[in-house]
Parts: sequence; structure tokens; C-alpha cells
Amino acid sequence: MDTKKYVIKQISIFSENRPGRLASVAQALGEEKINILAFSIAEANGFGVIRALVDQPEKAYKKLSSLGYNAAFTDVIAVQMKDQPGGLFEIAKVLGDAGINIEYSYAYSGKKAAVLILRVDQVDDAIEKILSSGATLLEHSVFH
Amino acid sequence: MRMFWDKKMETLNPADLHALQLKRLKKTLHSVESVEFYRKQFDNAGVAVSDVKTLDDLQKFPFTKKQDLRDGYPFGFFAVPMRKIVRIHTTSGTTGKPTVVGYTRKDLDTWANLIARNMTMIGIGQDDVFQNMVNYGMFTGGLGFHYGAEKIGMTVIPSATGNTRRQIEMIRDFGVTTIHCTPSYAMHLSEVAEEMGETLESLKTGIFGAEPWSDNMRHTLENRLGVTAYDSYGISELFGPGVAFECPERDGLHIWHDSYLVEIINPKTGERLSDGERGELVVTPLVKEAMPLIRYRTGDVTMLMEDGCLCGRGKKLTRISGRSDDMLIIRGINVFPSQIEHVLLRIPEVGNQFMVYIDKINHLDEMTVEVEINRSHFSGELADLARIQKKVVKELHDTLELRTTVKLVEPGSLPRFEGKAKRVIDRRGDI
Repeated sequence: MDTKKYVIKQISIFSENRPGRLASVAQALGEEKINILAFSIAEANGFGVIRALVDQPEKAYKKLSSLGYNAAFTDVIAVQMKDQPGGLFEIAKVLGDAGINIEYSYAYSGKKAAVLILRVDQVDDAIEKILSSGATLLEHSVFH
Repeated sequence: MRMFWDKKMETLNPADLHALQLKRLKKTLHSVESVEFYRKQFDNAGVAVSDVKTLDDLQKFPFTKKQDLRDGYPFGFFAVPMRKIVRIHTTSGTTGKPTVVGYTRKDLDTWANLIARNMTMIGIGQDDVFQNMVNYGMFTGGLGFHYGAEKIGMTVIPSATGNTRRQIEMIRDFGVTTIHCTPSYAMHLSEVAEEMGETLESLKTGIFGAEPWSDNMRHTLENRLGVTAYDSYGISELFGPGVAFECPERDGLHIWHDSYLVEIINPKTGERLSDGERGELVVTPLVKEAMPLIRYRTGDVTMLMEDGCLCGRGKKLTRISGRSDDMLIIRGINVFPSQIEHVLLRIPEVGNQFMVYIDKINHLDEMTVEVEINRSHFSGELADLARIQKKVVKELHDTLELRTTVKLVEPGSLPRFEGKAKRVIDRRGDI
């Protein structure tokens, strides 16, 4: 199966945990007319990683790097959920039953649907299991 | 009460002292001729041992620096065959390699006697119970004090470091009268004792050393622990602790002039300074067998006091006010910024720029190292960053034997220095 089309490029930015860092990243992306579709911040011990799905990841990477930011791409997948009570449960149960281990995840609720972004250890394996369970994965073309 | 361990030596009149010093200096100069470093050093300087007619002639001889000892790692400065060496200690060096110091049987006895002088001088002896709360390993402070205290017949508790509550229980249960530790640890001890509701009634004497401490600290420790606090100065290259010590006047440190020939120099020019002028302490030990040294630059800043002392002993040094090099003392352990640099160079995941912050937290020294993540080693995963952070902590601990806090910062965010780098910010206040 071609799993590639379901693999989405998340941009991960190393950031010290101090005031103004997020604003500075967001400003840089805004100046380049890059749209942020979803993002989260993970923090540990004085530093953190800003994770974002953007419409133009390469351009975002270039811009942030030129400003001295340390950025990297991470492969994630996006599962569509029903935007209604019980929607997350339905998907979470699928993942659990399929034995998929989540490293981290975050979600957003858009116009069309609610979406759960997942970082898993075995991407291809997870894609196959999720699809065979009947759940819907978003293709990367939805984002960029 | 006995106040002198070796009254004759401790109170020699100046003429006799100088004669003894000259005799011992000549002997020491002869003994270092078996060390290759000194043979070369004397040749290069065009000096010969036979040139020495007076104590002032020592000034013609070159200095020995800490770096020279490091270059001689491990046994390059031993002046006797290995079978005469009965013990080795080490002291931390700048590049991961320690400085090795060796002792003959006679050295160990000489050293214990010097410590016996110090302890007798402050009025402690066989009626006292002594808890020695410093590291007993390669650090000279543990075994050094241990044997000195046994020599004067104290009851010695070799408690070493750690487990503060247990230390306090032992002080209480064993009726400890005298403690030896770093001043920072003494402060910590007093706080834990307070939490435990222990008053430590039996304590009367505190011997504090291995790091510089102020008179404010002395008053605080005396109030909190109910002790009279004495400053102890020593460095491993000169046996260890016991080189200089406060007498009950507690106005300067008595250094044992029959055993250590003292010079104070301008650290920049090397020129000898007069009494009352502050400079770097340079010592030629006169009684060491295994590792005699000539004009050893201690790096410690002090001066010889002009006034005599009521106790009848010789000239005093002022308490050490700092160092003429960049060595830091963290919880009693010597740390050179170059050691940190050396560790970071070995870890590809982080950059080579760093900043060190030193704070006092709960009276203990805490060192924080900021280091940049290496751009090409950022995977985007938080867990990988946490792993890198742990790795740096571990590597620093392996080299410095010191727990540090490591902060990963963004590439390019640390200050770059032109000329002399100021990578260390010491935020420890007076107390």
C-alpha cells in the first residue's frame, strides 16, 4: 500500500522556555504568509519544542533557519474524527485496539471535521492498521 | 590545657628558624635533582644548587606551576622510587587528567604531625570526639585530618560526606565536640539540625576549610552551631590540609615556617613582595620526601602580616581572599572552566560555547551550565533533547565529580567573546 500520501511533515522548532519565543516564531511565519493549521508546545526542564503543521513547510523551515532557529521535520499522521461528543473516544479506541503506541498527539477542530494529529513510532504500520479499521486518514495534500 | 604539639618548632626565634630553613632548603634542592623536570628547569635557568648560600638565593630559581605538575602526569614529580611511595592522592586538573601527589611513610607521619599542631593549637585533644565530614577518597581532606586527629588521641568518627540526618544523629549520640567540613556543608548541617529539632549541645569546635568563606559566615555558623569556628588552609600539592591554620586569636593563618618556605609574589611579574603586600602565595615545602617542589605557585591570594601573634608562633598569612587563576571551588571541589569545555568538546550533540552560573541554594553551591544544542543534532523530538541533556549531566559528573544542572539553549544564543572570555558568573554572595 502507498502510505506516503498520508505522511505529513510537521515542523518542530527548538525553543528555550522564555517569554516571547512563540511570538517571535509566529511573527516570522506571518511575515512569510505561512498559515499555521495546528500547533502545540511541549516543554521539559527549561526548554521546549514548538510543533506546527503549516501550509508551506519548506518555506517555514528556510525562514526560521535564517533567523537562527533550530528546526527539523517530523513525520506525523492525521486522523479524522467526528466533531461531536464521543468523537475522540471512537478514534482512541481504534488506536488502542490496533495496538498503536502514541508518542504524542494534539488536535484541532476545523470547518470540515475535527482532526487528531499523531506522532507514532511505526508510521507505515500505524497507517495500515488505522485504514483497515475503517477510520479516515487525511492526506498530506490537505495541509500542504 | 596543652596548646603546643611541637613547641620548639612552633616558636623558633627568627635566627634559628632561618638557619633551619636554609639547611632544609638545600636538602630539598638536592632531592629534586632526581626529578627530570627540575634538572632541565635548573639547566635552562643556569642555576645550580651549590649557588644557594642564603634564603634569598632561592629567588634565582624558576617557579613550579600547576600546569607543570599536570604535564608530569602521573609520577613525573616523584623524587623517590615507587617502592618508597606508600600512598597516592589526586586533585582535579583542567583537562580531565588529575594531578597526582605521592607520600612516603615519613611524609604521612610529617603530615599527621602538622595537623596535630593545628588541632592542638586550638585546644582540642584526647578528650574530644571528632566527626570528620569530608570526602575520604582521593581528596586529601579526609585521610589527612583523620590521621592528625588520631595522632593527638581524639576519638575519630570517619563519617565522610552525605546523609546529613545520620551525621546529626551521630553528633548527638556520640557526643561529638569537634567537626570538620566545608563551611557550606556546615550551614546545611545547621539547617537540617534545626528541622530535626536537634540543638547539638555537645559541639564546641568547628574546623572549616576547602573553600573560601567570610567573617560573616563565621558569625552565622558560630551562632547556629554553637561552635568556635577555625579556618583551615591546605592544598594537595603541599600534603593537603594542615598547611596553615587559625590559632585562638583567629586573626590570620599560621603557616608552619619550619616546613613551608613562604614567598608572596606579584602574579603578573613574578617579583617578590614585602610583608603587608597582597599577592600570590608561593611555597617551597621543606620537609617533603616523595614529591618535593620548588617555588610552587599555589594560585591563592594572600599576604604575610607584619604584626606578630599573641600566641607566640611565627608570621601569619591573611585568610585566602581568592585565586589568581580561574579555578572555581564548588562544594569544596576544584573546578576549572577548561574542564567543562573539554567535556563539551567530546559531546557532538552540543556546541562548544557555554556559560557557567554558580549560586548558593540552601547554602550549598549549585552550578548551572548553559550549552547550545548543536543545530545538526536536533531531531525535532523532545525526548531526544532530554537524552542529550542527561548525557551532558553525566559526562560532566564523570569528569568533575560534581552534580550540575545543564540547560540546553538555542544555537547561537550564548555570548561569544572576543579576547578573554567571561564564561563564569559567580552569583554566590557573602553568605
